[in-house]
Amino acid sequence: MIKVSGLTKDYGSRRAINNLNFDCQQGEIVGFLGPNGAGKTTTMRILTGYMPPSDGEAIVAGYDVVEESLEVRKRVGYLPETVPLYYDMVVFDYLKYMGELRHIPNVDERVEEALDMVGLINRSDGYIGNLSKGMKQRVGLAQALLHRPEVLILDEPTIGLDPGQVVEVRELIRSIGKERTVLLSTHLLNEAQNLCDRVLIINKGKIVAEDTTENLQARLLGAERVVVRVRGEADELASSIKTVKGVRKVETLDDGGVEFEFASGKDLRPEVARQVIGDGYDLLELRPLGMSLEEIFLELTGNEGKK
Amino acid sequence: MKNIWTIAKREYDNYFNGPLAYVVMLAVLLPMGIYFSLILFYSSQQAMFGGGAAPSAQPINGLFVFLMVFLSPALTMRLLSDEARMGTLELLLTAPVRDSELVIGKWLGAMLFILFVLLITLVYPLVLNNFVEPGIDWLAVISSYIGLILVCGTMLAIGVGVSAIFTNQFASFFVTLGIIFFLYFMIGLPAGLLPQGGEVFNYLSIQNPYDQMNAGTMTLGGIAYYLSLISLGLFTGTTAIEIRRWR
Repeated sequence: MIKVSGLTKDYGSRRAINNLNFDCQQGEIVGFLGPNGAGKTTTMRILTGYMPPSDGEAIVAGYDVVEESLEVRKRVGYLPETVPLYYDMVVFDYLKYMGELRHIPNVDERVEEALDMVGLINRSDGYIGNLSKGMKQRVGLAQALLHRPEVLILDEPTIGLDPGQVVEVRELIRSIGKERTVLLSTHLLNEAQNLCDRVLIINKGKIVAEDTTENLQARLLGAERVVVRVRGEADELASSIKTVKGVRKVETLDDGGVEFEFASGKDLRPEVARQVIGDGYDLLELRPLGMSLEEIFLELTGNEGKK
Repeated sequence: MKNIWTIAKREYDNYFNGPLAYVVMLAVLLPMGIYFSLILFYSSQQAMFGGGAAPSAQPINGLFVFLMVFLSPALTMRLLSDEARMGTLELLLTAPVRDSELVIGKWLGAMLFILFVLLITLVYPLVLNNFVEPGIDWLAVISSYIGLILVCGTMLAIGVGVSAIFTNQFASFFVTLGIIFFLYFMIGLPAGLLPQGGEVFNYLSIQNPYDQMNAGTMTLGGIAYYLSLISLGLFTGTTAIEIRRWR
């Protein structure tokens, strides 16, 4: 649904994005992850037909973003970073205006449908300027969903929402992502981790990693770490675990657990469990330790976040 | 075409959401009403002593145009500037709307408001018609109103074009005011000062063709001049939006 090749954008002498290549399939939620100024918004603005690229091409919903911009814009729902709202308009009128610009049939029903999806149906006759930040965000989201777009492009969709609303909006995005294509940018790593099928990590205008969240973790670590906890002494447990073939880097933890590592691809957890139980310990916990996306992110973006 | 109408309709409604529409209407209709009463009063005084010409509606329309020189920049200043400042321009530029449709729609919205005010001012010729025997010259009134629509359309098109360039609405107000003031009051001045060949400046003034139409003489050149200035204003606006995209 989205196919980007060699996409480049210069602002004057500054290169915002440099030779981007990626694609998104239908029914996929793709996360766009990167520090501020990495080029996320620029890429999204090009994909939505807001601005043309300096070089390269992008095909969205089967149409070229430069040559057939209007066709692309008909098929894309876009929530920009600064939610574009007319504060002196009533919620319903605003959405109806946007619906009319998109030539939606039965526009009144469709506006209500969109308001219902974002849970704002009871505020439809209020002025946008009087809504809270989270509600404004959801009006923007309703605007993006109004015309049932094939491709949904969301620039930081959950920013400014309270935790309950974040869960609701993520649920909504997840259900939309089943049939359509969703490209969302975020700087919340756990959001990318639990919402997206695939993550693109972008830094300084270049894609530095592209994979499923699980694969990214596995690839970067090259090994899997597991923590074991039993009733009893950690030191003795550690020496017991060391006897299992293939186990590396056994360490005792301060809280009484034992952590070890094995090469990814060959799961040694059953062997370790047998060994521990066989030695007469009461096994309490055997838990894989995924490397968090935060760590991957910092590693890929050159630890800039730590400074 | 449908998009132009959708945008124009919202802009028209939007004038009445805030105080702007009422302020402009007050600033136009109050002086016009006072002026109209004075004309009626003066003419009736003269008629009582058996002299003077029958009053006509034309001088009041001249006042309307004079006031619009200062008020039309206020009507157009936020049309596109404010969209850029609030970020809603991004919404319109990613909706399936052509840049030209957006600019024309904005202009038409302001035009609709002017047409609404002009509709109100029609009471003056109607009232006058009752006082004058055998009635006023309606063809001259029509000519005057066509002139009003064209000259206001020109001012608004200049304003929309300038509004597309600036993000700050006060910048767009003062630049628009400057351009309109120059084209209305100043560009014709050399005609009276130069010993010869100065007439060309008369053709560049946006005041002269209107004055002729107000007096009942429509000239093709005048109409063409207004229409080309309207096109130029709207073209400038569209180009400014396109440049915004490429930046």
